[in-house]
Amino acid sequence: MDIERLTYMANQIARNLAPQGEAQATELTLQHLKDFWDPRMKAAILASDRSGLLPIARAAVDRLG
Amino acid sequence: MGFERPPYSRQADFGTPEVLSEQQVTLTIDGREVTVPAGTSVMRAVGECGGSIPSLCATDSVKAFGSCRMCLVEIEGMRGTPASCTTPVMPGMVVHTQTDKVARIRKSVMELYISDHPLDCLTCSANNDCELQDTAAEVGLRDVRYGYDGANHMGQADDVSNPYFAFEPDKCIACSRCVRACDEVQGTLALTIEGRGFESKVRAGQAEDTFLSSDCVSCGACVQACPTSALMEKSVMELGKPERSVITTCAYCGVGCTFRAEMKGEQLVRMVPWKDGKANRGHSCVKGRFAWGYANHQDRITKPMIRESVDLPWREVSWEEALSYTATKLNAIKAQHGPRALGGISSSRCTNEETFLVQKLVRAGFGSNNVDTCARVCHSPTGYGLSKTFGTSAGTQDFDSVMDADVVMIIGANPTDGHPVFASRLKRRLRQGAKLIVIDPRRTDIVRSPHIEAAHHLALQPGTNVAVMTAMAHVIVTEGLAAEAFIQERCEIDEYQDWARFVSDERHSPEVLEPVTRVPAAELRAAARLFATGGNGAIYYGLGVTEHSQGSSTVMSIANLAMVTGNIGRRGVGVNPLRGQNNVQGACDMGSFPHELPGYRHISGSAVRELFEADWGVDLDPEPGLRIPNMLDAALDGSFRALYVQGEDILQSDPNTHHVAAGLKAMELVIVHDLFLNETANYAHVFLPGSTFLEKDGTFTNAERRIQLVRKVMEPANGYADWEVTQELAKAIGLGWNYAHPSEIMDEIARLTPTFAGVSFNRLEAEGSLQWPVNEANPDGSPIMHVNGFVRGKGKFIVTDYVPTDEKTGPRYPLLLTTGRVLSQYNVGAQTRRTANNVWHQEDVLEIHPLDAENRGVKDGDWVRLASRTGETTLRADVTDRVAPGVVYTTFHHPATQANVVTTEYSDWATNCPEYKVTAVQVLPSNGPTEWQESYASWSEKSRRVARVPAE
Repeated sequence: MDIERLTYMANQIARNLAPQGEAQATELTLQHLKDFWDPRMKAAILASDRSGLLPIARAAVDRLG
Repeated sequence: MGFERPPYSRQADFGTPEVLSEQQVTLTIDGREVTVPAGTSVMRAVGECGGSIPSLCATDSVKAFGSCRMCLVEIEGMRGTPASCTTPVMPGMVVHTQTDKVARIRKSVMELYISDHPLDCLTCSANNDCELQDTAAEVGLRDVRYGYDGANHMGQADDVSNPYFAFEPDKCIACSRCVRACDEVQGTLALTIEGRGFESKVRAGQAEDTFLSSDCVSCGACVQACPTSALMEKSVMELGKPERSVITTCAYCGVGCTFRAEMKGEQLVRMVPWKDGKANRGHSCVKGRFAWGYANHQDRITKPMIRESVDLPWREVSWEEALSYTATKLNAIKAQHGPRALGGISSSRCTNEETFLVQKLVRAGFGSNNVDTCARVCHSPTGYGLSKTFGTSAGTQDFDSVMDADVVMIIGANPTDGHPVFASRLKRRLRQGAKLIVIDPRRTDIVRSPHIEAAHHLALQPGTNVAVMTAMAHVIVTEGLAAEAFIQERCEIDEYQDWARFVSDERHSPEVLEPVTRVPAAELRAAARLFATGGNGAIYYGLGVTEHSQGSSTVMSIANLAMVTGNIGRRGVGVNPLRGQNNVQGACDMGSFPHELPGYRHISGSAVRELFEADWGVDLDPEPGLRIPNMLDAALDGSFRALYVQGEDILQSDPNTHHVAAGLKAMELVIVHDLFLNETANYAHVFLPGSTFLEKDGTFTNAERRIQLVRKVMEPANGYADWEVTQELAKAIGLGWNYAHPSEIMDEIARLTPTFAGVSFNRLEAEGSLQWPVNEANPDGSPIMHVNGFVRGKGKFIVTDYVPTDEKTGPRYPLLLTTGRVLSQYNVGAQTRRTANNVWHQEDVLEIHPLDAENRGVKDGDWVRLASRTGETTLRADVTDRVAPGVVYTTFHHPATQANVVTTEYSDWATNCPEYKVTAVQVLPSNGPTEWQESYASWSEKSRRVARVPAE
């Protein structure tokens, strides 16, 4: 999977959930990835270096693994 | 046993509209006692007790007019002979409808009519289906004392300009029914009666106009209302009177109009809107009424075809060979690459039963959850947003609800073009005095049309919906207009307080946001105040809300706005997504999304999964599958290899055509199941011919959650209804399906889906339609949602902040493109382009503001090159101030334009619904087609070749 696109998607989710506060946004981003991402998408973002992820997205991906 | 052939007849006409009143009135008509609602006309009361009064100017789709003087009656205690159509019933009234006196008057009046009417009944297209003829028979007309040689209005030229109906002025009796139908039913006001006496003539538009060149939108209401053959369908003129009729449901937009398909054998003669249809109430639009010719178009493919490679011509094969070839390939790919390499796309144009089978095939047969549907690119944010806030993705109202609305707010929807039959109802309410707020970058027709003018048109900058919604919420909360009692009783208070604090921040005020939204702050404040204080406030929205990178956020902010103003849970209010396709609601209900089973239940829930596993006898993948754009991405990396597409044309409809083409090309097996060799089929290896809605049984669910029967009126030209094709494919890959009729599929849906628990074909036959949820708590369905509380318990306010799209304008791409559709064409045009509707819209054009056009040296009608960072195309310019400076607009109906070559892959953050409504573009003069258009046209032609098999 195109990791740039997946990174963009994760960041976009995080940016839109951010107004709900960091802790809540992280939890919601994590749940969103669990609920809507196909296993190969989750595997790809977990296998990436995660450097392009915004802090909320990164925290969520860290907890996904 | 005796046999009586049911004769064909028009649907019963009660002369004047039904009146809804809790007060009942009892009167006596010709010795029979009858009780009707107060306000009912004497004419209608007669009809309701089994009688009939002759009439010519009365029909129950329009208000009484009282001009023809045929319906006169005698009423005890009243002087003279009042017209029964304009006389309301009174308690104790005693009416005599058949007296010598009224018989004499009626016959005299009839003589006058007939003295100025052609006597060519035997060769007339309305012969034996003519109200003038019927009335002459009823009054016993035997002679015309005035003769036929006096002054008359005959000898006028016919107007045959409209492709679907003709106007023969000689046959007109100047009853004004057509004029009133255009005014009251359709709301276009295109017709009038010009002249007086024998010069009286129905005129469409201005003196120089024909029906085609006038404002007429060809809805057919005038034709339906005409008592003679003055306005007549050309199909009836050609084929003659139908011999039977079948009630079925339209396969165009999400309004879900029901029609009488009027037939001669297997030949469809005409589609006539059914008065008892609860979605359309006897009205129609140009598509459903007339644009059905595609069903027998020469382009239709009726034999299966296969090819090893997309470079090769197609080869016609038997169904057996096609299914066996496809199954072998599917099984091989599954064996080599695993179940998650396979997927399917269900169709919002197909029935509930068919979409249910497609997702079942993918889940139980392919073994993955890689199933998606076209709602991905339209209303997926609605599902997400409303379920988070209200607890269900359901739109909250029925269409009738609009008649109780006091303030209607339309956001990103163009109902007169996209949902025309609902728009007519809406316009009727607006003419009665309801106020209108339109939030749209374009000045759509509803903003200003005859007798209608929006109180506020907020022409926002595309992509700033959330900012506008938040600014409205700011005004409502900070000015103390919130419906505190509703919120306290119905909503989560902590969440409300957090949200109220958030929107109250000065940075969300209309004044601060004006530079972003380009909506004048004072106008926005006035609109917010009107919505909060104007009585019942109803929100209707469309793809201008959802097809943005913040589509889901906008849906949630709309839900917030409805809750903060207390506009949920009763008639006249609510959040109403205007869904695009005929069965997009149903396709979503039936589990077409990769993360959820039918009934919107997440695939990870073990209890729900086990229910399906037990019923289907298979293990299901507990992980969500791929969405359409992710399928295409995964195809490019080799992990997704086979796709079954039923009734969708993703190459033309989905964004960034180049990317879609590359994804499809990377797949080993693309199966297209469709009526035509659509654009997606250019990249397909198997073509399974599909059937039209006229050729199958099933159900569609419209935008108001109304489940309605689709009834087969003719045999499938391809041999199988679409549900049968999917079933045969399932059998070929080893599934033991054995459905004998779609009703059995619905029984399975009802068994597995709580919101459909009370639905069955028998129930639908008896009730006409049902609005889900239909369950123990709501045995007769649910016209209005959240009446006694939200589905999730308490309504949840969710903070949504404006996040600008990443699609930015700049020096190279300074304009914003937004896309949409027109009345006469539908979606990718696969159906409507194959009808005479092309007369109204033959090509996609680019609307551009005069200032932007002048700056570029572009004149009206010039060819222009439309380029974005993604791609470019050419089309003609339509210079108009409907769009604001800086904004351009086009449609995506024609493959020659391929507007989606230009759109980007930016999408909604929550659902990946594409951001069709915001693309940064440049527009420059052009000489002709782009290189892409030329190469695509050549590729397309090559790809559609069918090998000629020499005769043995």
